[in-house]
Amino acid sequence: MKRREFLSVPAKALGGTLLYTLAREPLRLQAQDGNVNIPLRFFSAAEAHVIAAACARIFPTDANGPGANEAGVVIYIDRQLAGPYGRDKYRYTKGPFVESIPEHGYQGKESPREIYRAGLQTLVGFGDLTPEQQDDKLRSIERTTFFQMLRSHTIEGMFSDPMHGGNAGLIGWQLIGFPGPQMSYRDEIDKHFGMPYRPKPVSLQQVVGHPVHGWEDEKDI
Amino acid sequence: MKILKPVNVVIVGGGWTGLAMAKEITGRTSLSVLVLERGAPRKTSDYAAGMDELDYAIRVRMMQNIADETITHRHSMRDSSVPVRQYGSFLPGSGVGGAGEHWNGNSFRFLESQFVLATHLREKFGAAYLPENIAVQDWGVTYDDLEPYYWRGEQMMGVSGKAGNIRGQKIEGGNIFEGPRSSEYPLPPLKTSYVGLRFKEAAEKLGFHPHPNPAANASEAYRNPDGITRAGCAYCGYCERFGCMIGAKAQPTNTLLPVLARRKTFTMQTGCWVRRVVHKNRHAAGVQYVDANGEDIFQPADGVVLATFTLNNVRLLALSKIGTQYDPATAKGTLGKNLTHQVGGAGTRLFFDHPLNLFMGSGALGMLFADFDGDNGLTGSEGIVRAGHIAVGSSGNRPIASFGQYPNGAATSNWGSQWKAASIEWRDRISGVGFTGEHLAYRQNFMDLDPTYTDKLGDPLLRFTLDWTEHEHRQRVFAAGIQLKVAKAMGVKFEEPHLAPVKYNVVQYQTTHIQGGAIMGTSPENSVVNTNLQHWDVPNLWVVGASAFPQNASLNPTLTALAITYRAADAFIAPHEKRSKGAA
Repeated sequence: MKRREFLSVPAKALGGTLLYTLAREPLRLQAQDGNVNIPLRFFSAAEAHVIAAACARIFPTDANGPGANEAGVVIYIDRQLAGPYGRDKYRYTKGPFVESIPEHGYQGKESPREIYRAGLQTLVGFGDLTPEQQDDKLRSIERTTFFQMLRSHTIEGMFSDPMHGGNAGLIGWQLIGFPGPQMSYRDEIDKHFGMPYRPKPVSLQQVVGHPVHGWEDEKDI
Repeated sequence: MKILKPVNVVIVGGGWTGLAMAKEITGRTSLSVLVLERGAPRKTSDYAAGMDELDYAIRVRMMQNIADETITHRHSMRDSSVPVRQYGSFLPGSGVGGAGEHWNGNSFRFLESQFVLATHLREKFGAAYLPENIAVQDWGVTYDDLEPYYWRGEQMMGVSGKAGNIRGQKIEGGNIFEGPRSSEYPLPPLKTSYVGLRFKEAAEKLGFHPHPNPAANASEAYRNPDGITRAGCAYCGYCERFGCMIGAKAQPTNTLLPVLARRKTFTMQTGCWVRRVVHKNRHAAGVQYVDANGEDIFQPADGVVLATFTLNNVRLLALSKIGTQYDPATAKGTLGKNLTHQVGGAGTRLFFDHPLNLFMGSGALGMLFADFDGDNGLTGSEGIVRAGHIAVGSSGNRPIASFGQYPNGAATSNWGSQWKAASIEWRDRISGVGFTGEHLAYRQNFMDLDPTYTDKLGDPLLRFTLDWTEHEHRQRVFAAGIQLKVAKAMGVKFEEPHLAPVKYNVVQYQTTHIQGGAIMGTSPENSVVNTNLQHWDVPNLWVVGASAFPQNASLNPTLTALAITYRAADAFIAPHEKRSKGAA
């Protein structure tokens, strides 16, 4: 059996940073001490560090607030690749496979898991590069299916419900002023014209009052 | 193969049209009705835990599993087809309620001229002015024929809107270009969003006739003629690709199913993948399907109704070898012809200097005007014969799909610090004026079975041969001119849309409005089904829904699909109608 791999990160890095809401008000999330070990489902620890480093260049932590590291984007991607999406359970994968025009989208045989494993081969030593060198490296693979997938997954990991493993502490939603799934805006939809209306973000679990599991966690698929 | 006990009527597909047929038949006759649905059971209480953009809007969890079955596409007869491997330009639903669960709720009537389009265009413009290879047809029914059925659908769903024409009397504030209605809408319009208000003010200033988008998202609590009550819309912004967690959006599961569930003559089986209509000597004997356990089943029936999405209605006819496949080279045959989608415009983006709170909204919340719908406002010099609607929508922005929007040039890369800064700066400050246009039918756009690719059971996939023509490009250019006028009148910064001719693209979402292939008409020479949606060759087979549209209008098809289905139900029922309540 494969040895269980963990991603070890300082707890305060995950959703524990000072960030700014869209209204430019500082908001400090609860910070914890020590490291947390997050079990990985698909990546090895070394692979996870490379992907995390690449995501942090796609959605960097900078003067405009937190990024992929604080949101835990790599954990999101790890879970997606381990689940039915990563295994192509929801893509038409019968042959023959032929090249076609861009209007026909990705026509390849490789699943997201296979695309990542091959893509990681192009990022050997990525963690040892300077941020500028990392950007150059990513620019050189910008047109690949792997990079385009990585970019989409980074955005998904920033802004999907935290049940999927990213958007830790709702950090992505706070960054952009998205309130999460709220039950009603009936009394608000025709108000606040020209003014920001920013209810405090809530997760789906907070809204429905019980744990909710993502598609990636479902059995028998 | 296991053979089941016969039923009177077997209906394939448990969405809007299948359940509407089932409800009419079981309510007005003593016939036994069995609905076979491929997907899973559903209920409203599932939907609160489904307010998750990733699983439902990005991974499209409510749709047919494309791994099991897809379509193939080619632009022309000269090209070879490839499969649509991941969802893009349209999203066929699965499960009880079908696409009627995940829709936005847009509930339009088509223009009077749409139903007599071939005749109308010849008279208005002359044959020489019409686009090359145009294949539009008259429907064989008129708007007036369908008006009572539109009204039945609007009452069942509780459509919210403002009438613009009641029995010929034009009413300001509604759509004054629409055909005469027998009544005002069942419910008043939804509330108006900020961008909707700005659009309305600008359109009025220009002399256009903006009106609220008619919505099956109930503007207030509603009790329909069947006694089904629903809550008013909460504007949560989770309509399109989601089921409504409070049941305010009309869905088959919260309107038709509760009525059907009480009827002893109604049964529904889920997980049943129908493969063939079994027929002999112009008579359908039943359907063959594979059940949830993988067992092959034959279900005998006196009558068969195909009520699946357009794609599968056409595919089941082709797989069952019912009718003659259309051939564009000879224009012979009828099955598969007149494939239409909907013309999406190049949106004109609007940039505001303040936040718009776009996360609030409702699927069909919006403002639009019909001053250029059909051939309204066309003079015969624009090079187009039909245009469409100019609109602004407030259906609710969600963070994954809407992140990364900014004015052209605000970032040089689509990742990294500068991109992040631009995306955050412009997040919630961009709206757009859009266009939905009428897609004409052309001789070269059609459906047939693919020679190469197959579904999970080994049956051939449906193949689209479809591309945009010069006419659709000109429609977009024409619409862009109007969109820009509106944008200017709104007094905000805007960007001119990019208007190069485009090829049909299966990657980008357009709309889930695919029509035709089993079209209705007045003769077996030019149509697959008669005006009662009864198959010309197999009279106890009925093929209902948007597969019967000879061409699409500019607007969304659900209400019209329901109206022609209700009319078909009346024709189906007439010989069997109970003399009085309780007679069986």
